[in-house]
Amino acid sequence: MSAVARPLRISRWVGLPLLGALLASLLLAAPIRLLGLPLPEPVTLMAPAFAWAMIRPAASPAFALLLGGLALDALWGGPTGLWPVALLAAYLPVLALRNILAGQSRLVLAAWYALACLLAQAVGWLVTGWISGTLPALAAAGLQWLATVLLFPVAAQLIDGFRDADVRFR
Amino acid sequence: MSFRDNPFGEVRLPLLLGAAAAGVVALVVAFALLMADRRQTYQEGAYNALRKASDGVVAPVTGAFAAPVRWLGGVGAGMGDYFFAVSENRRLKAELAAARTLRDRAATLEDENARYRALLGLAIDPPVPMVTARAVSESRGPYANTRLVNAGAERGVKVGHPVLSENGLVGRVIGVSPRVSRVLMLTDAASRTPVMIQRTRARAILTGDGGWAPELAYLRGRDAARDGDLVLTSGDGGVLPRGLTVGRVVRGSDGAWRVRLASDAAPIDSVRILLFEDFVKLEDLRTLNRPAPPPPPTPAPRTAAPSVIAPKAPAPPKAAPPATGPARPEGAAR
Repeated sequence: MSAVARPLRISRWVGLPLLGALLASLLLAAPIRLLGLPLPEPVTLMAPAFAWAMIRPAASPAFALLLGGLALDALWGGPTGLWPVALLAAYLPVLALRNILAGQSRLVLAAWYALACLLAQAVGWLVTGWISGTLPALAAAGLQWLATVLLFPVAAQLIDGFRDADVRFR
Repeated sequence: MSFRDNPFGEVRLPLLLGAAAAGVVALVVAFALLMADRRQTYQEGAYNALRKASDGVVAPVTGAFAAPVRWLGGVGAGMGDYFFAVSENRRLKAELAAARTLRDRAATLEDENARYRALLGLAIDPPVPMVTARAVSESRGPYANTRLVNAGAERGVKVGHPVLSENGLVGRVIGVSPRVSRVLMLTDAASRTPVMIQRTRARAILTGDGGWAPELAYLRGRDAARDGDLVLTSGDGGVLPRGLTVGRVVRGSDGAWRVRLASDAAPIDSVRILLFEDFVKLEDLRTLNRPAPPPPPTPAPRTAAPSVIAPKAPAPPKAAPPATGPARPEGAAR
């Protein structure tokens, strides 16, 4: 049996990206300004969420998104459950459409990733408006969406790195 | 081997179903947690152990990451100070000349104010003690605008205490750990702050929406606000002391009156937490009705009337706080 035929370990394709995304969010939460501007605040977990749905269907990514989203809520001080709901709301449609998206060009995948980010932002926007009684500013949500979309190369790197790692899903 | 001959072809559907089922279960759990969260109430009990623990972990990590950047920023600022010392000196001299005039006028007004308070027997707000802290983490997203500051319950910080930068009100404390507190910024979508327009005394509720300028909601009356009007906390409800600077009124692109926050004038690095106690929340309300201690000696009254009400006046004419002492909100009778 060759090395590539070994089953994919969860710690490699789910655990490490989850930790990496959370660490990135932690560092970006530092109260510093570069050239007078605050650091961006992308939803770093969107990149692995999209990649996990594309790599292979499994139960572990959903619970990883639940845990990661709760960690984001704790880090950012938002309502508990907001980001798990938003991330899973974007993850599940991509999972359902993964057979259509498989084999598409990088540009098409980027467009779908942007759409998934938009879906997560829309859910976060509606849930926050519902809970707080005030609809959040669209400009602020748009900025966060843009910063998140710019993380597509990370998602593409994850997809390229793990898509063919499990021989059963080639 | 063709696709139809793939021995694992038939396992794709169950795997997909299993993944989808796991996703739905996780979604239901997340939604239940969202419903159970009582963030809106901001009660002490709502700030659960998980949040306290995570705040305790996040604060040192982000603080350590920000330290070298702060140090580099300090070096850059020092170099700038060195190269622009002459122009800075000229500007400061001009400011000092203007400030001397204002200082003399303020001393006169302070003396006059003290005499009026003594005449009327007004009970003014007591000085509010405060602690200083440094912001160690921040969230700037559209759905949560909060900061972690490195002062907590060990230094007397409690939920509800107002937080100020050197320029104005920043927000209020919504969660306290032993050494860290979480501050809800005025821009957060869940933030509601009773404010007033200084020029007209019109009341409004400053409502955050995650954007840079919170909206003035429930603003009533004709000509209640104009561009550039100063906005202060009104003290209504007893949540915040009256008279804290909030910002200036601006007309938003959506036509609504908004407030450009005074605290945005500079990066919010160090903050002051006012250890303000709302009288309504005092454990023993009888303390409010206890007789006041005898007032310190006051200057001899010029007429007979002040001697009648003088015992009611708790503040001496020269009761100005020291420059580095506790903050006193803009004076107002309760």
